[in-house]
Amino acid sequence: MTQATAMLKATPLNAAHRRLGARMVDFGGWDMPVQYSSILEEHHAVRRNAGLFDVSHMGEIEIRGRDAFALTDYATTNAVAKLKIGQAQYCGLLYEHGGFVDDILVHKVADDHYFLCVNASNQEKDFEHIQALNRTGAQVEFASARYAQLAIQGPRALAILGKLTATDLAAIQYYHFADGRVSGTAARIARTGYTGEDGFEIYIAPEQAERIWNEILDAGQEFGIKPCGLGARNTLRLEAKMALYGHEIHASITPYEADLAWIVKLDKGDFVGRAALAKQKEAGIQRKLAGFEMTGRGIGRDGYEVFLEGAPAGWVTSGGPAPTLNKNIGLCYLPTDRAKTGQRIEIMIRNQAVEAVTVPTPFYKRDK
Amino acid sequence: MYPANFHYTKEHEWVRVEGDVGVVGITDHAQNQLGDIVYVDLPKTGTRVEQGKTLGSVESVKAVSDIYSPVSGEVVEVNDTLATAPEKLNEDPHGEAWLVKIKLSAPGEIQQLLSAEDYQNYVAAEESKH
Repeated sequence: MTQATAMLKATPLNAAHRRLGARMVDFGGWDMPVQYSSILEEHHAVRRNAGLFDVSHMGEIEIRGRDAFALTDYATTNAVAKLKIGQAQYCGLLYEHGGFVDDILVHKVADDHYFLCVNASNQEKDFEHIQALNRTGAQVEFASARYAQLAIQGPRALAILGKLTATDLAAIQYYHFADGRVSGTAARIARTGYTGEDGFEIYIAPEQAERIWNEILDAGQEFGIKPCGLGARNTLRLEAKMALYGHEIHASITPYEADLAWIVKLDKGDFVGRAALAKQKEAGIQRKLAGFEMTGRGIGRDGYEVFLEGAPAGWVTSGGPAPTLNKNIGLCYLPTDRAKTGQRIEIMIRNQAVEAVTVPTPFYKRDK
Repeated sequence: MYPANFHYTKEHEWVRVEGDVGVVGITDHAQNQLGDIVYVDLPKTGTRVEQGKTLGSVESVKAVSDIYSPVSGEVVEVNDTLATAPEKLNEDPHGEAWLVKIKLSAPGEIQQLLSAEDYQNYVAAEESKH
């Protein structure tokens, strides 16, 4: 092992990944598996059967106490008051100017306890951001070290996980969770995911992660489960048009621009970024996220420039092959009045303008 | 693994000489590092290429990689099957999935390339770094 890899952070499953022959990459300072067999095979396994992902690099922040609700609601864009105990919600954590600190999941564990799942590379920043807003004495805990997180995703996820738990998984609705046990270990079992498929994300003690990882793979063998890396995670989330921090969203993008108006509840009371968003809603947005598919030969990728009638007009935030659709797709920012479906655009690929057209999103939606 | 009659580059291309023409491809190591190849961009017939300069690119699901020409000359044939079946590069990189044929303008350049044995050692040394 070289010096560079020794400095990377590792999840409790690092040795297990290497034993499975995973190709490891530096992902935002984490030594993570990008693929085990083939990104395409892993992608199809999740759409058709099931896939198991180690997402223990994700961060966890817990907010407790009498003022837990007030702080969580003030720090986030969605209506935390609407959450029932055992329910989760996707929302933005914003700066005052309306740009994203992060996009996160808020789980309501109890009236005085909220459990936040945040992006790996943003976790310290998020914690400091929330702490700085904490003026009333809620307890904010940086809890990442206490949790490993596994995502079991795909149409057979329920059948597989059901073999290892007494919790009634079918009773957990989408974006809800239950605290139970998996293979005898305490687990928070959430029906959430980042693939556009049915499935669960489970939060467990790091010491149990490798045993449970192996037991899920064993239990899933008869259903065609595959261990899946970050490569497939990215193609799956892109087909489902789920945002990736640093790509679709970042500090100078607002939820309205990112086509995420549904996570903003201006009427819920004050929250960080509300004033800026109210003003932007009034004035209208200048640019908007749009989905495209390539009509010419080539693959529009992250960072490539988008042209309209020969002039630069935007940029690709994420792009690549969509294995389920057998097309090359992507997301890009365009001037708002040109971000409608059916707009012909050109993407600059190695100094050549290649044709593409905006299309409805999500690119892929599962049958329910 | 690496045919003895091919010549190799440190950028993981190979060339096989047939008379005054060099058949060019990427190595098994290259395709393995790239993963699933989904797109191949090659020059048109008649294009003049130079040793060490960009010849085209291959794209996997995740990334784009440039292909550097192992020899100088004129592209006389392009393997068109790769346009519709880029996955052949994963399946048979030393055979069916050759990229282009180049009429050699400086056949002496071949001497600067690696033998199969040298290339194999080079790849083994690269892999032991990880």
